[in-house]
Amino acid sequence: MSIDIQGLINPVVRDIPPSGIRKFFDIAAEMDDAISLGVGEPDFVTPWHIRDEGIYSLEKGMTYYTSNSGLKELRFELSKYMKRRFSLDYDPLTQLLITVGGSEAIDLCIRSVICNGDEVLIPEPSFVCYSPITRLAGGVPVPIVTKAENNFKLTAEELKAAITPKTRVLVLPFPNNPTGAIMNEEDLWEIAEVLRGTNIIVLSDEIYAELTYGDKKHFSIAQIPDMYERTVLVSGFSKAYAMTGWRLGYACGHPDLIKAMTKVHQFAIMSAPTTAQYAAIEALRNGDDDIEMMKNEYDMRRRVIVQGFNDMGLECFEPKGAFYAFPSIKSTGLTSNDFCERCLREKKVAVIPGTAFGQSGEGFIRCSYAYSIDSINEALSRIEAFVKTLK
Amino acid sequence: MPELSYDKKIEKVLELLHKDCRKSLEEMATMLDIPMTEVADIIDKLEKDGVIIGYGARINWDKAYSQNTVTAYIELRVTPQRNKGFDRIAERIYQFPEVKAINLMSGSYDFGITVEGKNIKEVSLFVSEHLAPMESIVGTATHFVLKRYKYDGVICCKPSKDEREVISL
Repeated sequence: MSIDIQGLINPVVRDIPPSGIRKFFDIAAEMDDAISLGVGEPDFVTPWHIRDEGIYSLEKGMTYYTSNSGLKELRFELSKYMKRRFSLDYDPLTQLLITVGGSEAIDLCIRSVICNGDEVLIPEPSFVCYSPITRLAGGVPVPIVTKAENNFKLTAEELKAAITPKTRVLVLPFPNNPTGAIMNEEDLWEIAEVLRGTNIIVLSDEIYAELTYGDKKHFSIAQIPDMYERTVLVSGFSKAYAMTGWRLGYACGHPDLIKAMTKVHQFAIMSAPTTAQYAAIEALRNGDDDIEMMKNEYDMRRRVIVQGFNDMGLECFEPKGAFYAFPSIKSTGLTSNDFCERCLREKKVAVIPGTAFGQSGEGFIRCSYAYSIDSINEALSRIEAFVKTLK
Repeated sequence: MPELSYDKKIEKVLELLHKDCRKSLEEMATMLDIPMTEVADIIDKLEKDGVIIGYGARINWDKAYSQNTVTAYIELRVTPQRNKGFDRIAERIYQFPEVKAINLMSGSYDFGITVEGKNIKEVSLFVSEHLAPMESIVGTATHFVLKRYKYDGVICCKPSKDEREVISL
């Protein structure tokens, strides 16, 4: 009798459901002329000057580990960047940690804070990682359903209703994947009012901060003076600088929290990729114009896709951040899953069902606009043709 | 979104047209979040003012079926004419249909011109029979284009495949 491998898998891991995002890609991959609005990463290549610095660091032989916390030079640049772009002060030596993507920073934060039975509040729909990471840490994910009529913002009332004595962490995933919702300064002051006097850490996932559209700049809850201390701000280079494959992110926060997270990081990861760190120094020093260029490009596509969905009768709320549109497909009478499956089989367009981001995503689909305008137009006309067949 | 300034609107319209002059007024209006009539007015003005001097496709001639075109970049050294400077000479040179572009340059030569022809012989004959004999021209240096990698901001031989892989994001 051979060993029972399946029986040895941690039940928490075994019970994590398969990703609802991958499923449609796998079908699309088998089709010749399928077109996708599924991918959640920039279509831009990392700007050349940034790639060039990475290459140059290799030429110079900078192939060693960096310190656990990340290159000092990078942390100093990051500190200046946080000040310049978001008016936030972080001490580069004690308050910043360089991680393998924003994802690792999320994992570190939750693992450093959560014990058995602790509750993590997760606004949904949202990025898929918070809940499995919480479970793996022995915690209990508590979804808070955000609503279309509130522009998918988290409201103070919803938050208040979800807090229990066991609540340890509130995840604030804004700008949001998949809805494109943002929380502006006034919204966050209301959230702060609820959090005051509690023992709740805010895990603010601001990976899309630089992709905030409209006349107001991104505002972080850490900018509210008495929220600064309790907030772990997590972000990375992937979305702002189109550096997804470099796998580089960071966490900013209270020295004690960063110290705890660094402990976990040093045993799990050691240090983030060295080449990526050198490239990132260049990104922070000379990449502001790149951010602006890419943001303008996304912004134009954003208007085209939102207009397109509204024109074909799929009501689409205006996303103010990230690069996703989240139109409602309720008028078609189909479930999100059926809509996506049929759209792919009948018109060969891959979009992601809202339910991949939590049950509250039912009735919506996520469409990324990190695609060329031609692809977006082609996808829109196919989706429109599909919607017409339903009438 | 804050209202764009007029200059900014002009800049944006030009950028969009330069990238793709077949873009519809409607789409440009949506992309820039300004009324379609305003886009049309801006383009009208740009045409009238000679800012937009034409619309055309960027063609990678290397890939055009049965199309034989060679391109040469020619450096010209000239003697400027009294009172007319370089302009009079430029006017004479750009009349030739073979001349696709001409620029007055700083540095070791005066004009940089781009000439197209069916083959190397045709371009060489043009230089030796028409350009070189002009009285104000004191020297020429002809460089033939061997391969075009990037043209007018567009990479010519870039694979259009989406390299992004499947990931749960």
